Amino acid sequence: MRRGITVAAIAGVLALTATACGGNDGGSGDSSGKKAAEDPQSVSGSITWWDTSNEAEGPTYDKLVAAFQKEYPKIKVDRTSVSFDQAEQKFKTAAQSGKGAPDVIRTDVGWSAGFANLGYLQPLDGTPALDNVGDFLPGPLSTAKWNGETVGVPQVTDTLGLLYNKEVFQEAGIAKPPATWDEFIATAKKIKQKTGVTGTMLNPEGYFSLPFLYGEGADMLDVEGKKITVASPEGVKAMETALQLTESDVALKPATTDGYVAAQTAFKDGKVAMIVNGPWSVSDSYGGKAFKNKDNLGIANIPAGSTGKAAAPIGGHNYSVYRGSGNKDAAYLFVKFMSSAKSQELTAKEINTLPTRTSAYTAAVTADPAKKAFQQALSVSRSRPVIPGVGDLFVAFDQHYVKILRGDVSPEDGLKALAKEWNTKLLKDYTVG
Amino acid sequence: MSTLIARTRRSFATHWYAWAMVLPVVVVLAVLVGYPLGRGVYLSFTDANEANIGRVIGDFEVPASYSFVGLDNYWHILSGQEGSFYPRLGWTLAWTASCVFLHYTIGLGLALMLNRRLKGRSVYRVLLILPWAVPAFVAAFAWKLMYNTNNGVLNALLGKVGVGPVDWLGDPFVQKLSVIAVNTWLGVPFMMVAILGGLQSIPRELYEAAEMDGASPWQRFRNVTLPGLRPVSSTIVLLGTIWTFNMFPIIFLVIGQAGGTESEILVTYAYRLAFQGVRDYAGSATYGIVILSLLLVFSVFYRGMLKRQEAAQ
Repeated sequence: MRRGITVAAIAGVLALTATACGGNDGGSGDSSGKKAAEDPQSVSGSITWWDTSNEAEGPTYDKLVAAFQKEYPKIKVDRTSVSFDQAEQKFKTAAQSGKGAPDVIRTDVGWSAGFANLGYLQPLDGTPALDNVGDFLPGPLSTAKWNGETVGVPQVTDTLGLLYNKEVFQEAGIAKPPATWDEFIATAKKIKQKTGVTGTMLNPEGYFSLPFLYGEGADMLDVEGKKITVASPEGVKAMETALQLTESDVALKPATTDGYVAAQTAFKDGKVAMIVNGPWSVSDSYGGKAFKNKDNLGIANIPAGSTGKAAAPIGGHNYSVYRGSGNKDAAYLFVKFMSSAKSQELTAKEINTLPTRTSAYTAAVTADPAKKAFQQALSVSRSRPVIPGVGDLFVAFDQHYVKILRGDVSPEDGLKALAKEWNTKLLKDYTVG
Repeated sequence: MSTLIARTRRSFATHWYAWAMVLPVVVVLAVLVGYPLGRGVYLSFTDANEANIGRVIGDFEVPASYSFVGLDNYWHILSGQEGSFYPRLGWTLAWTASCVFLHYTIGLGLALMLNRRLKGRSVYRVLLILPWAVPAFVAAFAWKLMYNTNNGVLNALLGKVGVGPVDWLGDPFVQKLSVIAVNTWLGVPFMMVAILGGLQSIPRELYEAAEMDGASPWQRFRNVTLPGLRPVSSTIVLLGTIWTFNMFPIIFLVIGQAGGTESEILVTYAYRLAFQGVRDYAGSATYGIVILSLLLVFSVFYRGMLKRQEAAQ
C-alpha cells in the first residue's frame, strides 16, 4: 500500500523536526551577578539591547552606549532599534523560544507585569542593576514590581498634562489655564467666541480618557477586590464629560484612525488651543508653526473632575533583563549605567524625557520650563493597575471609547459592554461591579 | 494484512526508483505543511496558551500544564458561545462574495476592452497590471493615507466639490466599503490578465461562424465568449475566493487595531487571538482549522457544481 510508505516517511520527518526543535539549550550563564557586584571591570562579553526609543532619540542613546563601553572596555553592547509598536510581541516570541531574545530590553511600564508573569524577566532585587533604590520616584518604581519582586529599573517616566497655546489664551483674554473640566469647557467656548480658534481635539484612545475617570474618582479596575469598576456611575459620569466636549462645538470631531497624530497636528498647527498630551510631545510641538516661539507653549496640570481631584496616569519605560540571558553580569552593569542619575540627566536635557530619579532633577534639567511643568504634573499622577496584560485592556477600551465618543452607544451601555468584554476575555476571575 | 504487506513490498520493489525520486518533495512538504498542520490540529484539541505551555528560560523552567480538552474549543466556537464567530463569518462571506464579484466583472470588462485592437494596447496592459505588482502592504498604507479624514486626498477632492469630509475608516459600515474598494483595486489586474489569456485562446473561427449565422454581439458574448472562458473562470474564481477569504494584509493594515473589531474577518481575528494578551494558541488553532475546513468544503462543492454543469452541457 503506497499510502503506508508516505505515512511512515512523514512520521520519520516529524520525529526529526520534533527533536530538532526540542534541543533547547538554556544558556547557563552565571545568574548571581556576583562578578558584576564584586569586580565589575572583569566582566566581559557582548550583550544585545532592544531599544524602543524613536529615531530622534537614537543618537542620544548611542552616545550613552559609547560612554558605557568606554567605562567597561571588555563589554560590547549591540543597540538594536526595535519599533515600539512591535517590541512587545517580538519579545514574547523570542523570549518563549529562547532564540534571539535580547539580554536587556526597554519595556513600556504596562508590559512589565505581563512579561514577569510569564517568567521572562529576571528579578533584579539585590543585583547591581538596581542601584540606590531609594532615589527612585515611588510611582515609576511601583510599575516595575511584580509579585513582590522588582523586574525592571525605571528609566523614564511621563504623565499627561494640559498643553495650551498662550497666544490664543491672551487674545481671548484668559489669564490662566482651566483647573477643572467644567472650566475647560467654559474656556474653550470663550476662545471659540473671541478668536474663532477651536478649543480642543480629543484623542479617542482609552489611555487618554483616564484623566476623566480619575477626576470622578473612578478607575478601570479594583485589583485588590478583583472587580471591574469602569462601568460604575462615576465612570459613566466621566464618559459623559468627555462626550460633552466632543458634542459641543468647541472640540473638533475626534479622528478614529490615527487619532493621536490628528490631535497633535491640529494643536501644533494652531488649529486648536488646548490638548491633553505627555512630555514626549513637547519637542514635536516646538516643530509646529504655532510654537516656533517656544515660550508660546503653556503646560499645566491635568484638569480636575467634579470631585475636585485631578489625576493622570503614569507612563514611561523600564529596563529589564531577560531571564535567559547568557551574560547577566554585563546586563546588570549596563542597566545600572543606563538608569543612573547621570544618564537620566543627559537624556532629559537632550530629548525631553522625565527622569525617574529624584537626584536627576538637577537645576540644569528643571531650568527648562516644560520639564519643570511636567515634574509638577507628576505630583497629580497615579499608576495604572499593575496586572499582566494591562496593555490588552486598552485594545478593547480603545474600541468602546471610540464608539462612545462617536455617539454610537451611550456612555453607560458602552462601558457595560467594555466591562463585559474584559470579564469574558481577559479578567475571567473578576466580578463586574 | 499479510497481503497488504506483500503488495507494499511488491510495489516498492518495482517502483523503488520512483519513490526515491519523490522523497525530497515528500520531506519538504511534510516539514513545511504536514508538521504545522498536524501541530495545529493537535493544539485545537487542547487548552494551550502562552502561560501554560512548557518553557525553559535560562535557569527558570516551567513545565507544560495544558491539557487535552477534546472538542471543547470547536463546540465553544460553533455553538456561538464565544459570541464573535457567526457575525464575523457573515461579514467574511459578504466581503469575499462582493470582492470576488467585483474582481471578476471589472476584470472581465477590462479584458474585453484590451482584447480589441486599439492604439497603445500594450501600454494600457502594463498600466493596468501595476496594482498587482505593488506589494499588498504598500498598497494598504497608500490607501490609508488617501482615506485619512483630515489630510487625505479623497476628502480633499470631496471638499473641492463641496461635500463634507467622510470618515472613511471610522464608521463601521463605511469602513467595510473602504476595504472592499482597496481589495478590488488590488485584485482586478490578476483577473484581467487571466481572462485576457482565456479570451485569446478562444478560436477566432467560432466568432466568424457566429457572425455568419447572424448572431448579435450580445449573443456572441453569451454563447461563444463565456463558455470559452469557463475553464479559466472556474479556476480564478476558486483561487480568488480562497485568497480573498484569507486576505489578511488589507484588513489588518488599512483598518488597524483600533477603529473597530467589526470589520475584522476570520483570519485577522485568529491572528489577534494568537498574538494578543496571553496568547491563546488553542483558540487560534481552532479558528485556523475551522477556516481551513470551510474552504475545503467550499472547494469540494464548487468543483462538484462545475462538473455537473459541464456534464449537463
